Amino acid sequence: MIALCGMLLRCAVLCLAFLWAGVSVAQAQANKPIRVGFSIAQTGPLSGAGKSGLLAMQIWRDDVNAKGGLLGRPVELVVYDDQSNPAQTPGIYSKLLDVDKVDLLIAPYATNLTAPIMPLVKQRDLLLMGNFALDINAQLRHDKYFNNMPWSSARVAAEPFFTLGRKLGIKSVAVLAADAEFAQTLATGARQELKAQGLESVYDQNYPPSTVDFSSMLRAIRAKKPDAVFVASYPSDSAAIIRALNEIGVGSSVKIFGGGMVGLQYSTLMESLGSMMNGVVNFHVWVPEKSMEFPGIREFHARYQARAKDAKVDPLGYYIPPFNYAIGQMLAQAVSATKSLDHKALAKYLRGSEMRTIVGNFRFNASGEWAAPRTILIQFQGVKDKDIEQFRAPGKQAIVAPDGFKTAEVRALNDLR
Amino acid sequence: MTLDLFAEALLAGVLLGCFYAAVSVGLSVAFGLLDVPHIAHPAFLVLGAFAVLGLNGMGLDPLVAGVLLSPLFFAIGVGVYRFYHAVFERRGADHGLRGLAFFFGLAFIIEVALIWSFGVDQRMVEAPYIGRGVDLRDYRVPYRMLVAFAVALGLTVTLSLFLSRTFTGRAIKAVAQDAIGLSLMGADPVRVKQWAFGIATGTCAIAGALLIIVAPVEPGLGRLYIGRCFCVVVLAGLGSMKGTLAAGLILGIAESLVLSSMGASWAPAVAFGLLLLVLTVRPAGLFRS
Repeated sequence: MIALCGMLLRCAVLCLAFLWAGVSVAQAQANKPIRVGFSIAQTGPLSGAGKSGLLAMQIWRDDVNAKGGLLGRPVELVVYDDQSNPAQTPGIYSKLLDVDKVDLLIAPYATNLTAPIMPLVKQRDLLLMGNFALDINAQLRHDKYFNNMPWSSARVAAEPFFTLGRKLGIKSVAVLAADAEFAQTLATGARQELKAQGLESVYDQNYPPSTVDFSSMLRAIRAKKPDAVFVASYPSDSAAIIRALNEIGVGSSVKIFGGGMVGLQYSTLMESLGSMMNGVVNFHVWVPEKSMEFPGIREFHARYQARAKDAKVDPLGYYIPPFNYAIGQMLAQAVSATKSLDHKALAKYLRGSEMRTIVGNFRFNASGEWAAPRTILIQFQGVKDKDIEQFRAPGKQAIVAPDGFKTAEVRALNDLR
Repeated sequence: MTLDLFAEALLAGVLLGCFYAAVSVGLSVAFGLLDVPHIAHPAFLVLGAFAVLGLNGMGLDPLVAGVLLSPLFFAIGVGVYRFYHAVFERRGADHGLRGLAFFFGLAFIIEVALIWSFGVDQRMVEAPYIGRGVDLRDYRVPYRMLVAFAVALGLTVTLSLFLSRTFTGRAIKAVAQDAIGLSLMGADPVRVKQWAFGIATGTCAIAGALLIIVAPVEPGLGRLYIGRCFCVVVLAGLGSMKGTLAAGLILGIAESLVLSSMGASWAPAVAFGLLLLVLTVRPAGLFRS
């Protein structure tokens, strides 16, 4: 009898021990952070956007954690600097997956850096939230890729520029593009679109990323007397091209200039270039115009701008930051709705649901791009020198396309210079 | 290509070439004369550009700022050489490779320090001659390139005269040819080298001013200039100041003509193809006897 009691006691102790251990494991799991991994340029030519994008992601993390995290677990960002170098990203993403064991993946910022990791993501059948990569999934058709960029393809991105140009009476076009992935993809879309719109290409050149002075290229373009100049360039080049445009001129025949110039969205460059940008028509993704007042975006910018100075990043943050915050919102929406971190379930939800973000509500198409793309073209109008504050107010970056967001009519380049 | 466009491209090439010579002249002294694998030279250029940016923010003209900063850069150069000599050069035959690693690390430290201090955005300076063009007869030329041309020409000629006409200059040339011989004459080769390296670094302040006058600058820009600077110095013939100017001009003119005619993507291929051609015909470079 005593032996039986002893055995029952030992069983009870054992059961309690297992129960306690089970609770501890469950508690540990609940406290274990959800790890979101990505690389983003903190050095190199793309770091201007990369640093501000990272700040936006950190703001999202802080917001989510302040509300109790996701699935009751805190969110942790696992971030690496890819140095704006595409050769770095496959190694970084392998480490994120195999060593850091992240739960969710966000792509690096920009097309050039996302392209090298696409085969890895496809091979392992992972969910990947794209971060301003242009047309990256058009060939691969990975069904778990979703992009935050509001363009669905390069051609869609280039189309409004030529449509606007035709309103101004253009017939011939010069194309100047940087010899790198994003610019080349965009230029390919531009070439297709100008052909489709019956425009004549009179100059079509790619330039190497090390180009110092663009005066010679502008001279060559001027000699061809085009009606429009489509430029696909990176920040340093964009600034140098705008400067050369002011110094050398591009000829009186040109009615519309710009299109795909990365960098003219950065506050510091806009402040430095000032009135030199007047008349240039360029892409943007968000500007402080009335037609772009989405719920929550003003509050986001207030918080971003309060932290931007200390973080030494773009003080206004109109370009990448709200769209990076939106990536976090999309992940949070999908995880909360599915109550899961399973990539297949999350991808199914993202594909079938409307995304509600600070950059607007939208749905994804089969390629993981925005089903209803939104290519905003702005024209710099009445910009003064050395005044960053002027860009906080509407009117300086007037939206000239598409019609649904338009706040001003496009005017010929030389009318504004 | 029309005759007008050709002439305009030629003019632009001459201006660009002088700028290339200016950013390479310091390397010509450090690498060409002293045989120091100074791969951090472009990083010092960018450091100079950001130092000029800082002073420009206080209202100082970029060129004046560059000239005022050059003594400070001279002192930094002397310090860097003393460290390099003590830790690497004095210790044996493999100092070249280890020195290369040292200067690579130094370049990286400078880049990261600049990111911490200034952030990562492209920066530009303000001056009356930036953002404006000037008509030279029928041709329109960016004013900033004319300024860069004049300063580059002045810098290269001054350095060339210094090396050929002064005692210290001739000692620097001598240490490049025969350091032991120089020490037998009673001069200390290490001291001569430290002054030379100081001068090479001092030029980075002025060349850095030109760098930020000519184009926007960001902390990582130095990486783009490594190939171009070494190309000019090797094409010139190691250590030749006249050659550096000539090589810069050849590179600038070739690049400008190609950009205006054949297409922009051919520019690096033509520039480096030219380097290969010259090295095949004259392995010691254009101006090395």
